[in-house]
Amino acid sequence: MAEQKQDVLQVRNLKAYYQMAYFGVEREVRAVDDITMSIHENEVYGIAGESSSGKTSFIKVLAAAIRPPLRVVDGEVEFNFGGQKIDPNKASKEEVDAIRWSKLSYIMQGSMSVLNPVRKIGRSFEDFAFKPMGLPRAEFNSRVAAHLERLKLSPNVLNAYPHELSGGMRQRVTIALATVCQPQFIIADEPTTALDVVVQKDVLSMIRTVQQEMRASVIFVTHDMSVHANITDRVGIIYAGRLVEEGPTRQLFAQPKHPYTAHLVASLPRIGDTRERPALEGRPPNLSDPPKGCRFHPRCPLATDRCKQENPPLVDMGEGHRVACFHTDKVKPLIELGQPKVTRMAEGAPA
Amino acid sequence: MNDILEVRNVTKRFGMGGVFGRNHITAVNDVSFTIEAEKPEIFTIVGESGSGKTTLARMILRLETPSEGEILFHGTRVDLRASRAERLKFMHEVQPVFQNPFEAFNPLKEVDRYLISTARTFLKLTKQSDIEQAMDDALQKVGLSYAEVKGRFAHELSGGQLQRVSIARALICNPTLLIADEPVSMVDASLRMAIVNLLKSLRDDFGVSVIYITHDLATAYYIADRIIIMQKGDVVEMGPARAVLDNPEHPYARLLKESVLSIDDAGYGDLDPATELMDQINKDRTGRTKMVTRDDGRLVRVAE
Repeated sequence: MAEQKQDVLQVRNLKAYYQMAYFGVEREVRAVDDITMSIHENEVYGIAGESSSGKTSFIKVLAAAIRPPLRVVDGEVEFNFGGQKIDPNKASKEEVDAIRWSKLSYIMQGSMSVLNPVRKIGRSFEDFAFKPMGLPRAEFNSRVAAHLERLKLSPNVLNAYPHELSGGMRQRVTIALATVCQPQFIIADEPTTALDVVVQKDVLSMIRTVQQEMRASVIFVTHDMSVHANITDRVGIIYAGRLVEEGPTRQLFAQPKHPYTAHLVASLPRIGDTRERPALEGRPPNLSDPPKGCRFHPRCPLATDRCKQENPPLVDMGEGHRVACFHTDKVKPLIELGQPKVTRMAEGAPA
Repeated sequence: MNDILEVRNVTKRFGMGGVFGRNHITAVNDVSFTIEAEKPEIFTIVGESGSGKTTLARMILRLETPSEGEILFHGTRVDLRASRAERLKFMHEVQPVFQNPFEAFNPLKEVDRYLISTARTFLKLTKQSDIEQAMDDALQKVGLSYAEVKGRFAHELSGGQLQRVSIARALICNPTLLIADEPVSMVDASLRMAIVNLLKSLRDDFGVSVIYITHDLATAYYIADRIIIMQKGDVVEMGPARAVLDNPEHPYARLLKESVLSIDDAGYGDLDPATELMDQINKDRTGRTKMVTRDDGRLVRVAE
């Protein structure tokens, strides 16, 4: 199903390092190390990884929001907005400004720090969207109001200050801000992490609805695997700056081929299941001095001498399922998935 | 007395606003439960933010005074204005673990200084070797050792390790009750289960009772013996954790369970909000309610 779809984003051999030289001591943190991937139109692509695994650095590169000491060392990022190809890190500032918000937008994590606390929400909408949309003021106002209505937000929020809204409301407002210009590509960085379960489900369902209405592509970053299970079409797992596994969501959860993924999926406790959950020993590696070979080998139960020496390449196992592990045949799913409650959602639902 | 802790009809109201038009918010409304001494257990308090679960924990820790009702600890009342000796005696038995390990430790202090001062204050140890022994014992319980922690600052340890150090600190004085307020929500997925399994082993191997406050129903199901579900200050359902979570009766408890995202739905995406349940909950909150006991030992709030 993936083949016919057009790629909106292609990332080829991307390397972005934090390069620092303080007092003559050079230090290099390899936050994004050789990532190759592509994102199709009209799909939600999930990126999972722990903190300090480089997932935020990666999306910063995509959003052209990098500042030294983070530098793109090698590789390229190419967006394709209906034939208009652009690498945001090589293009001029004017070109990037022209696509920002109108084509490429960003839902950020802390909704409190995104919205200016001393400006009303309506003013924030003007700051963000007035210029990219380029409409007369009356038309702009009615478009914003219509957009809020579609997201089931009352237009009264435009007259409120951020502190007057609850956390869930604020997060919906930031989603409304990011989507008001009808962008083709949305980057969502942990948009629901700080929210309660009930509100979280609501916000996720809103993101999914907006995405399907606009047929936009979304990169959805979170460390919560149960969120990935429910919102994404495909998931990529990042460990210590490298993409270790990528595949269609159902397949990746049902048949993980990388030991780290298998562990991540199995470590989630579930209601109705009281079996002992093993914890993974060790800690994520320090990216300024990553282990040689496969970066997961110090914590991996299947590690052999080869894993300590060679870095496993990302190999396609068919149907877009790519894995970077020498021992994929030995990786068994640690738990079995139950039957899904629903069988709707569509086009590419795997059998 | 056989009860470690008895919470009796506790209510907490906060005042908001000025002298005129002062509003009162009831953060915790008429909550009662007991934790017995013979049987160490994990007692879980579940609810969304604003449901009063942290306020309840702060009252048990004597960081707030209840507006009504009382909290008895080994049969005596916990008073905010007690003498230092009494406060130390209380703190010897009840210890907290907080949500964010990075905020719990001062970044400019070595983490073992917290362990040392806890050992000095509560165990009255003075000899360096005794202190080190006490610290090492506590750290061994959480799967670390003193050698790993000695002289380290908070930024040199991972979130999971730091949270384990803060649990070890609480364990130094051999408490009978540990109050853990969202101990895993700031910890990474691959390290989270290590902390949850640790709480379980504290109960099973060391006989420490734990009050585990969370909004994560799945981990609650995994470790809890008893559970109370709170909604805007009211207890809506209370009882044996697995019975309650397998088959919640109160609409709010059902809504919470419905909202938990399951990996069984991987690739299909179950995101429909439970609008019907929400309507019912809003309707229910208007009338008078009372708690009734069911056959399996659970208490449920129903309309009068």
